[in-house]
Amino acid sequence: MKQTLITLVEDKPGVLNRIASLFRRRSYNIDSLVVGKSEKPGVSRMTIMTNEEDQRKRGHIYFNLLNLVNVIAVKDVSNLECVTREFILIKIQSGPDQLNEVQAVVNNHGARIVDLGKETVIIEATEREKEIDRLVEDLTKFNITEITRTGRIAMRKGKTHKVSSEKINAQATDVSWVPENIHKYHN
Amino acid sequence: MLTGAEIIWECIVREGVDVVFGYPGGAILPAYDALNKYRNKIHHVLVRHEQGATHMADGYARASGKVGVAMATSGPGATNMITGMATAMMDSVPIVCFTGQVPSPVIGTDAFQEIDITGASITVTKHNYLVLDINELAETIKEAFHVAKTGRPGPVLVDIPKDIQIQSTDFTYPTGKVELPGLIEPQGVDGLQIQKFVEMIAESERPIILAGHGVMLSDATQEVLDLANLAQIPIGTTLLGIGGVPASDPFVLGMMGMHGETWVNRAIQESDLLIACGMRFDDRVTGKLKTYSPNSKKIHIEIDPSEINKNIPVDLPIHGDLKTILNQILPVVSKNDNHSWINKIDGWQKDSQRKDIIHQETEVLMGAHVLRKIWEGTKGDALVITDVGQHQMLEAQYYEHEDPRSLITSGGLGTMGFSLPAGIGASFYEKDREIWIIVGDGSFQMTMTELGTAVQENRNINIAIINNGYLGMVRQWQEMFYEARYMETPILSPDYIKLAAAYGIEAFRVEVLDEVIPTMRKVQKHKGPSLIEFVVEKHDMVYPMVPSGADLHEMIERPVQSKNGNVNSQKEELKK
Repeated sequence: MKQTLITLVEDKPGVLNRIASLFRRRSYNIDSLVVGKSEKPGVSRMTIMTNEEDQRKRGHIYFNLLNLVNVIAVKDVSNLECVTREFILIKIQSGPDQLNEVQAVVNNHGARIVDLGKETVIIEATEREKEIDRLVEDLTKFNITEITRTGRIAMRKGKTHKVSSEKINAQATDVSWVPENIHKYHN
Repeated sequence: MLTGAEIIWECIVREGVDVVFGYPGGAILPAYDALNKYRNKIHHVLVRHEQGATHMADGYARASGKVGVAMATSGPGATNMITGMATAMMDSVPIVCFTGQVPSPVIGTDAFQEIDITGASITVTKHNYLVLDINELAETIKEAFHVAKTGRPGPVLVDIPKDIQIQSTDFTYPTGKVELPGLIEPQGVDGLQIQKFVEMIAESERPIILAGHGVMLSDATQEVLDLANLAQIPIGTTLLGIGGVPASDPFVLGMMGMHGETWVNRAIQESDLLIACGMRFDDRVTGKLKTYSPNSKKIHIEIDPSEINKNIPVDLPIHGDLKTILNQILPVVSKNDNHSWINKIDGWQKDSQRKDIIHQETEVLMGAHVLRKIWEGTKGDALVITDVGQHQMLEAQYYEHEDPRSLITSGGLGTMGFSLPAGIGASFYEKDREIWIIVGDGSFQMTMTELGTAVQENRNINIAIINNGYLGMVRQWQEMFYEARYMETPILSPDYIKLAAAYGIEAFRVEVLDEVIPTMRKVQKHKGPSLIEFVVEKHDMVYPMVPSGADLHEMIERPVQSKNGNVNSQKEELKK
């Protein structure tokens, strides 16, 4: 399973560079990284997805992110209930004769046609990655010429979760000192 | 109203800094011009190379526990600081480096002496800043000092464009605590952890404390000794942990790791409980990770959470300040008796020491003997700064340190050329203490340009060059692992006596053991820089040694040797 980290960072120049530099330097692989404004001025919220399977290494990523001065807080939500979404734009080459067929696939996936050109159609969808993957798969029978995807964004379900950087102490029962054990000390 | 240049000095003064190591240049000229007004508050040391400035700030910081400050111009001035910042980063040393930058309107145009130093230094600094608004300058500098010394210390760089130095604004120094939501502040220990800690000690029969640099940084010498005394636990130290606990304490065993003592490494391998205090299980300490201390439970007390579980999985992770945590734990630790364990280690120690070169007479001068004599000749009381290589390991083995911050050495990065500038820097804090810079002929030639600084500032330092005509440690690896093909390790030295004379430095050459102490006495009387060149056995090696990637207990010990050096017997030993 992929590791998903929700990260609050100061909205300052160079912050993305610092995070990218950290991942490169420590040889962590970023699957996707999405950043945008949060509910708080001056603070951006990132969703970072890594393909690290090893629990200890996941812990390294978590704490190295937390060590960056511009990173206010990190939450590993890999094992928590979240709403996760990805946005995609797909351009396919298709004439009017195929439109009905395209429309059927699009409807089937809850996607939308947002631009209809003479030879091309642009489709958008907002869904979980797996659903997006299926959409792409079903559209491959047409000639896909361009794809752009945003990568995953995630939000925890339930009450409003303040992502705090406090209380990162492990307790004696946490033998592995990995995010799975640390998340319980957050709100 | 103050100019940006004046604000820089004003902030430095308010941070309690009275010495700055630096080198002027185009983009930092306004700051240097403003220094004129702060002459009575700040002593500026003109270095010969910006790397020297960072090492001096580093040496000053390590000797004092305060933040060291270095300054340089943009471009090459800034890039020359990279090695010094990386050294401080690896060894957790708080320094703040100021660099001038080209004027902000031309940033990004490849202007003369422009380099993106905030970009280039990301991985060698704890944090860095580019100041683009004069109204944020004072706040940024205060923050930089705070970041450098809070939690796990480290280097911070502040890059200030020339136009920001020239502009003026109302100056108010921010008061009160720096609020930085992203900076991890250490927590205490919780009840469950204390309980587990105490249980693990009570259950152990062969415990050992691993004391690292954190003991000094946290000022936890007494607490570590109390724990050792109370629960009868022997202590091994890392290279940077030397001095954190006094070498003469009966519980202190000596250094661990690649060139550590055999009995310390054996104790670690056979232990059933490691209590790691402010150290990070560096590969030079662990040897092969898979076979490292296989039967022990591990407690790791560490201020940087990213170090916990990094190399070695631990059973009880405790994140926080060592002194605070030990003070919480000590009242509930029960007395323990590990008599048979301690006796066992003693036995190993006695057995191993018989092979030690220090107890043998040789016809030629050996590096180990020189270091032991320097220890005797200073009564073990000097501040010693070492460079990197064989002499560094010999110092760690044969100079016994009693006080925290009495040994300054580049551990993590292993920066050759560190010692002379670091020693000059340290001398600005330890003004009355005897200072010895121990340096190899290879290392010395990397930064000997700073002799000029030592003379210009009339530093009271003693430089001991251990000259074996080789890049000795590399030669040792070539001998052991590259079938003695000494590619590019023989190195020519200048005539150091004449070199010293050119600088007006008093200098002596020593080639026999009996002259070591008398020559030391001569330079000890002399105020100002002095230099002794010790011409030592060319082919000697540092023992014991754990080959890189080998199990920690697979140590190569010094072969019992013939009187005229020991090359042949070493080779025979290796063939086995």
